[in-house]
Amino acid sequence: MAALNIEKGASSHSAYDLRDPNAQVIESHTLAVLVENEPGVLARVIGLFSGRGYNIDSLTVAEVDHLGHRSRITIVTRGTPAVIEQIKAQLGRIVPVHEVHDLSVEGPSVERELGLFKVAGKGDKRVEALRIAEIFRANVVDSTLESFVFEMTGTPEKLDAFADLMRPLGLADLARTGVAALSRGA
Amino acid sequence: MSRSMTGARMVIEALRDQGVDTVFGYPGGAVLPIYDEIFQQNDIKHILVRHEQGAVHMAEGYARSTGKPGVVLVTSGPGATNAVTGLTDALLDSIPLVVLSGQVPTFLIGTDGFQEADTVGITRPCTKHNWLVKETDELAATIHKAFHVATSGRPGPVLVDIPKDVQFATGEYVGPKQIATPSYQPVKKGDLGQITRLVELMEKAERPILYTGGGVINSGTAASQLLRELADATGFPVTSTLMGLGAYPASGKGWIGMLGMHGLYEANMAMHDCDLMIAVGARFDDRITGRVADFSPGSVKAQIDIDPSSINKVIHVDLPIVGDVGHVLEDLLKVWKSRGRKINAEPVRKWWVQIEQWRSRNCLAYRGSDKVIKPQHALERLQALTAHRKDRYITTEVGQHQMWAAQFLHFEDPNRWMTSGGLGTMGYGLPASIGVQVAHPEALVVNVAGEASWLMNMQEMGTAVQFRAPVKQFILNNERLGMVRQWQQLLHGERYSQSWSESLPDFVKLAEAFGCKGRVVSDPADLDAAIQEMLDYDGPFILDVMVEKHENCFPMIPSGKPHNEMLLGEASTEGAITGTGAALV
Repeated sequence: MAALNIEKGASSHSAYDLRDPNAQVIESHTLAVLVENEPGVLARVIGLFSGRGYNIDSLTVAEVDHLGHRSRITIVTRGTPAVIEQIKAQLGRIVPVHEVHDLSVEGPSVERELGLFKVAGKGDKRVEALRIAEIFRANVVDSTLESFVFEMTGTPEKLDAFADLMRPLGLADLARTGVAALSRGA
Repeated sequence: MSRSMTGARMVIEALRDQGVDTVFGYPGGAVLPIYDEIFQQNDIKHILVRHEQGAVHMAEGYARSTGKPGVVLVTSGPGATNAVTGLTDALLDSIPLVVLSGQVPTFLIGTDGFQEADTVGITRPCTKHNWLVKETDELAATIHKAFHVATSGRPGPVLVDIPKDVQFATGEYVGPKQIATPSYQPVKKGDLGQITRLVELMEKAERPILYTGGGVINSGTAASQLLRELADATGFPVTSTLMGLGAYPASGKGWIGMLGMHGLYEANMAMHDCDLMIAVGARFDDRITGRVADFSPGSVKAQIDIDPSSINKVIHVDLPIVGDVGHVLEDLLKVWKSRGRKINAEPVRKWWVQIEQWRSRNCLAYRGSDKVIKPQHALERLQALTAHRKDRYITTEVGQHQMWAAQFLHFEDPNRWMTSGGLGTMGYGLPASIGVQVAHPEALVVNVAGEASWLMNMQEMGTAVQFRAPVKQFILNNERLGMVRQWQQLLHGERYSQSWSESLPDFVKLAEAFGCKGRVVSDPADLDAAIQEMLDYDGPFILDVMVEKHENCFPMIPSGKPHNEMLLGEASTEGAITGTGAALV
């Protein structure tokens, strides 16, 4: 019956956008979850992801408002549009969750990650590692005669690229913080 | 005014301030201070159960039949872990419960102390929220928050874990009005723009259907009244999930019966062929939808639900309205009336003609017998002999008998039907019936049971006898795990692996052993007299109804099939479940 057809996106008052529910395309989304900093809150968030079979590509958490007892959890997750919507709705109903923001759809945002890269080597490889680190504007935070520890902040892709270049040059160990993200503008 | 008291006293004070009259529980080392306080007061009645799972199901029965939260008190370790099944049951059926558990003293937490368990860890995924209280000063506020969270928004079970030293220590009591939950603010009112769009759809719909669920009952009796007003004013047909039975009366002119896997043919066909589906407090459970890809293919779907995560979880909804069912229905009726009470009358009339055609298939028909009691017949007689009781409450266990009860018993009011829908917990019905009876001492409370389910929590007959709860245990005894047997017949080549009940007790002697009365009936000619004896007996009663052993529950949507491919009674069941459907439960 044609009369009842309603257009996709017609319900603009809704908190939910009406994208194609059957789209099977897997999207990556960065979610900022502002939570009450109380015991077990991280376990609730992580338990939701494991219990319902959602993906976590990256997760960072730290208190951001000491007086207000607020922590910010930044989660990079993957899923179809329907799954992403479901993740947000499920996060929203956790009692100590104040706000859930999908930085991937709520306008432009910046994402940064910090990485520490230990590169061991001698001779030409050591010189090459230092040269590439300069190109990437990585800082040397520790140095021995046979190793460097580089510190670099950037997008996850930039850290990936740096790690790929360091691998043949003696990348011995790698620590990454996971993504921290904020929306752009005021 | 500062009110200083021990943590244990605070628990009682907080329960009293929350209007609690009954607590279901079982004492143990880590809750002794609270039990000492219970001993020294008379405002709150304590029902001593026989197993903590029973306590939680009793609280569920109490909650579901009153609309008030059920309260449970258990000890640490095994006390808390025994409560887990009930908590999960309450979570899936959105039943408001507050469970208070004792915990080893704070200085022993993490040392694997005697009867220590990580209760908040274990119950985190099976509660709406839980708390471990480490300071007596925070105890009262936490209990008040617990009641608020359990009963508001989408209701659910919560747990407060109270270490023993916190119970002994002294702190400041705060009242219910002094708490705030800034991160938890459930929405009540629906968006008026969305509601207006739904009214526009209702005005044009040719084949509308109201698909109602447990959310209507959770919203309160006003929501049921509004649903009745809406359905009767528009003339739209009403179907309901298992959990929503009674929100719209079975005698109502719009009633077309329960839908779903064992729902009525006319209800499922109407769901499949409708052009406007209005889901009201229902969540598109897999028992309802059948094969999702073929679920009601031609309809525009609107959904009213207080929980945003219920929307677009299983089925894509075109018009979501987040809000409390009662509030949204009130606004919906207002808008619909203000726009002139329009419906698309002629097509809706034709829609009813179609529904009546489906209804004429008489999908609940079964082959009667004068030799053996058919379970459907037993329920028809129970219905006939109890229909005049306005205060009739029914609980069930889980299995074939549960589905037959849903099909053959008729509910005129909300809060009269207590069943484990989401989790499907065998052993739910007996304790739930006691919880209902405790809340309604004068009412008729019948637990429709199968013998296998009933045995799972039969120890609670002791509770029924102790507290003079005259619950009627109506056991449809087929000496089988009937639903398992049915699936093995349909799916596993009639290899009945472990699905018979061997070495059953003599239920009459069992009743006598517990100090109540029992009767066995196997001749259809004696059935009415047996039921009447059960109803007339002044106390708990076990009626062991020996029924046909191999009866299958029809109609049935085989798993993996859509609504319009139902199996009706006496149909060929060969190859009914194949392919991917075989992997579904």
